[in-house]
Amino acid sequence: MAKVPVQFTLNGSEKAEFVDSGTTLLHALRDKIGDTSPKGGCHQGTCGACSVIIDGELRLSCLTLAETCNGATISTTSGLSESGVLHPLQRAFLDTFATQCGFCTPGMIMAAKVLLDHTPNPSRDEVIEALSGNICRCTGYEPIIQAVLTAARSNSQNAA
Amino acid sequence: MALALQTFATVKDANAALKAQGSRYLGGGTLVVRAANEGDVSVSGLVRSTEPSLSTIVVAGGKVRIGASVTMAAIASHPELGALAKAARAVGGPAIRNMATVGGNLFAPAPYGDFAVALLALDAIVGTDDGETPIEIFLAKRDGSRAIVTSVSFTLPKADSFRFLKVSRVKPKGVSVLSIASVLERSPDGIVSSARIALGCMADRPMRARAAEKALTGRSLTKDGIAPALAAASDGTSPITDPIASAWYRNEVLPVHLGRLLLA
Ligand SMILES: Cc1cc2nc3c(=O)[nH]c(=O)nc-3n(C[C@H](O)[C@H](O)[C@H](O)COP(=O)(O)OP(=O)(O)OC[C@H]3O[C@@H](n4cnc5c(N)ncnc54)[C@H](O)[C@@H]3O)c2cc1C
Ligand code: FES
Ligand code: FES
Repeated sequence: MAKVPVQFTLNGSEKAEFVDSGTTLLHALRDKIGDTSPKGGCHQGTCGACSVIIDGELRLSCLTLAETCNGATISTTSGLSESGVLHPLQRAFLDTFATQCGFCTPGMIMAAKVLLDHTPNPSRDEVIEALSGNICRCTGYEPIIQAVLTAARSNSQNAA
Repeated sequence: MALALQTFATVKDANAALKAQGSRYLGGGTLVVRAANEGDVSVSGLVRSTEPSLSTIVVAGGKVRIGASVTMAAIASHPELGALAKAARAVGGPAIRNMATVGGNLFAPAPYGDFAVALLALDAIVGTDDGETPIEIFLAKRDGSRAIVTSVSFTLPKADSFRFLKVSRVKPKGVSVLSIASVLERSPDGIVSSARIALGCMADRPMRARAAEKALTGRSLTKDGIAPALAAASDGTSPITDPIASAWYRNEVLPVHLGRLLLA
């Protein structure tokens, strides 16, 4: 299988790898680079656990080929905390018990982050819409919605 | 899975590479990479083109040209395509819409293909390097199609003449029970002078509801006016049966939802 070079910025650090042509970004991140925050749930685009942000857009890393990300800027949940301080979304997920088994959490947080980046004070319906591609088998969703609304409030308080 | 991907700067070169046995074009990958992940061994190589015209939307003089690689998210947020935003937003959740292309939607088997239903009602023209094909003919022959779709083009519908409805069980992003799109022209007294109605999930691919269109022409959009169209709505349909709904159920509820769309 042909190896192809791929270079991208991952959570602020330059990465340069040779991957098998056709390798998914999920596989490259977890098994090559060692960022295991995106989870492989279904590999079919259905669960959202593998969600990452590529050039500002929410994408499914299980359906994205790594080599199509050349030159891209990629964010995953593992890059969110700064100097050991959790991102407001991570803090809110913990504080509102929005995490149970935790498998869906990184994907949920990435989906929520894109929402808050564009819509700092979302309505409940906007939160639901933003998370609609992410499945959680544990929480019943309500705590997750509350976590995102809580993070939005704490962000706007910080900004005030 | 591991599939070699070949990237070409021009559609012409990508078309040549696509002739190889087992090669498939890579749009957003939401169906073709998914198939490979599921172990579909009929796909042995992927081809894509980065030609810039594939990713552009041009709106000029009431005509729209959408490059085949344009995503549903880009259509939904385009300031001049507000009329189509609802149909583009009907495709999957946010991440899928950021990846799913208009070209790929033309090939998506039912229950997918919601945006293609809208394009069918708009009487779109499908462009390839070899020329242009009316969408209805394109959809009928799509299984044997080997050429890269480069664009879809159509006349921007007048305000209020285009309507779209997706019926799903899980809100806000479930898969379609059915989807309906219509383009209705009306005379000043409200009588329908021409009607195009397209249906999703009522066959293995989007189809026109010809009998309903005929029954609606010359009628007004009132409960009585649309009754013959609703009675004819299921003519010629052969709905899919899947975990979302049976063919019987889809046929039963089609007139109800078509009625809601027409009276909206
Ligand atoms: C979780 C999930 C939810 C979904 N929900 C919906 C939904 O609600 N509604 C809906 O309509 N669809 C849905 N889809 C299906 C799919 O995302 C869309 O239909 C999408 O538009 C397909 O486009 P793509 O670019 O990703 O196709 P790809 O997967 O890249 O390609 C699909 C097929 O089309 C061919 N192809 C793609 N582009 C071209 C081209 N330019 N020229 C020639 N051939 C081409 C490919 O070779 C392949 O055979 C969903 C998919 C997933 C995984
Ligand atoms: S693993 Fe990618 S969507 Fe489920
Ligand atoms: S917390 Fe377990 S899947 Fe969401």
